[in-house]
Amino acid sequence: MENFKIRWFHWAAPQTFYPLAGRLWPVFGLIAAVLAVAGLYLGFFVAPTDFQQGEGYRIIFVHVPVSWMSMVIYLAMAFWAFLGFTFNTRLSGMMTQALAPTGAMFTFLSLWTGALWGKPMWGAWWVWDARLTSELILFFLYMGYIALTSAIDDPRRADRAGGLLALVGAVNVPIIYFSVKWWNTLHQGASVSVTKGSSMAQTMLWAMLLMALALWAYSIAMALYRVRSIILVRERHTQWAQEVDA
Amino acid sequence: MIWASWDAFWAMGGYGPYVWGSYGVVLLCIAIEIFSARAAQRASVHSVRTMQEETDHDATS
Amino acid sequence: MSAVAAVLQRDLRLAMRRKSEVLTAVFFFVVVASLFPLAIGPEPDMLRKIAPGILWVGALLASLLSLARLFAADYQDGTLEQMALSPTPMPLLVAAKVLAHWLLSGLPLALLSPVLALQFDLDSATMWVLFSSLLLGTALLSFLGAVGAALTLGVRGGEVLLSLLVLPLYIPALVFGSGAVEAQMVGMGYGAQMSILTAMLVVAAFFGPWACALALRIALE
Repeated sequence: MENFKIRWFHWAAPQTFYPLAGRLWPVFGLIAAVLAVAGLYLGFFVAPTDFQQGEGYRIIFVHVPVSWMSMVIYLAMAFWAFLGFTFNTRLSGMMTQALAPTGAMFTFLSLWTGALWGKPMWGAWWVWDARLTSELILFFLYMGYIALTSAIDDPRRADRAGGLLALVGAVNVPIIYFSVKWWNTLHQGASVSVTKGSSMAQTMLWAMLLMALALWAYSIAMALYRVRSIILVRERHTQWAQEVDA
Repeated sequence: MIWASWDAFWAMGGYGPYVWGSYGVVLLCIAIEIFSARAAQRASVHSVRTMQEETDHDATS
Repeated sequence: MSAVAAVLQRDLRLAMRRKSEVLTAVFFFVVVASLFPLAIGPEPDMLRKIAPGILWVGALLASLLSLARLFAADYQDGTLEQMALSPTPMPLLVAAKVLAHWLLSGLPLALLSPVLALQFDLDSATMWVLFSSLLLGTALLSFLGAVGAALTLGVRGGEVLLSLLVLPLYIPALVFGSGAVEAQMVGMGYGAQMSILTAMLVVAAFFGPWACALALRIALE
């Protein structure tokens, strides 16, 4: 057990993680590209026209994946924050910070593609349905995390304060979603459903899944690439950093 | 192939602006993210080199 | 326990020396509540309909005002470090400060709300639900807001940042609090909303000081 712990903490040191991340991110980038090509091919050249929504429905092949990823990345941030508080490793805070911009971007894209999908389908650029409203609140949570970590000068304090914020936010997300859902049903608001009125063909589901996996691989690649920059800046006073080939 | 022609593909049954507006912005955001991440990496390397020069200078002066 | 009482007493006494800060938040509430009819129009039916939302949002924003100062003074004069070093568990001392904050901001807002409800022509039963929901809700806001105040302690642009961090977390309280008042207005039961609000308050009162103490330690390092 001790051996395993030592090996794990070995990889958690920024000095060892830097080259590891450097080898891994191109792999995930390639996986992302391949999956995206497959997913898009399936979505645009195989999946049939939707009976109710015509060709416009094809937006879901990005809308649903970016929405899923925006939530998955926030959970990943909370996970790394939790690790950071439990084991007091510096890398955990850096990973949380590396993940945030991608997550915020996906949340924005979820809102943007949601609006472009909603306008032709339901006539409005925005509807206050439970899922879209929750996505909007998630965007605020991301902005808050990024604002807080940017405002604090000391990197260690920024990591830990941001980590606590991410954890508090993650705990609150189900509460927020539940309250927004309740609020929406009470006021009989719009309920935009991806599959409302049409049964999803197998190819549609596969295309969505492939795109989601593609974005997941992309997020990992981006986080690994970004954490290297963070590591370099934090460790620039050390010898190993100055000797690195970058 | 389910499209009658390339024109039909771009038109997307009338939903062209919405569909391509979505995918276009997604691609644009990803491109911006990659570009800015690479710029950040270059800046990080530069800050390491600057620190290296400073310590070398302090050591030799 | 005496340390907790001492912290509570101290905060209350210090605030009483600068009553203007307490009154400012209260007057802010009054002004904001008056802004909406001016912006939207004086139709009684419409105003009655939107009153719960307006009054709840107004109270929420007003209670935000004094949040930034919750730990700032103690941070600057070193009292916070003393609290961290004392044998009394930090979460208990934090709870005392939060209680003081609520007594000075939340409670006055709740007490004032029936008066403002008159401006919107709400009946007395609705006023009572508004008052109780704000009583519970502002306490919940104090506990949640304290965590934000601790995280942004001494940070550049802390006050605005605090609002950005804390407002999304306030949304469940807002939804159920104003929902309770609306339910009463349309003649439906408000029990469920009030129960949920109470449950959220209990959870926040239990976990909030603990998270807040952790945030304070992070700020003090």
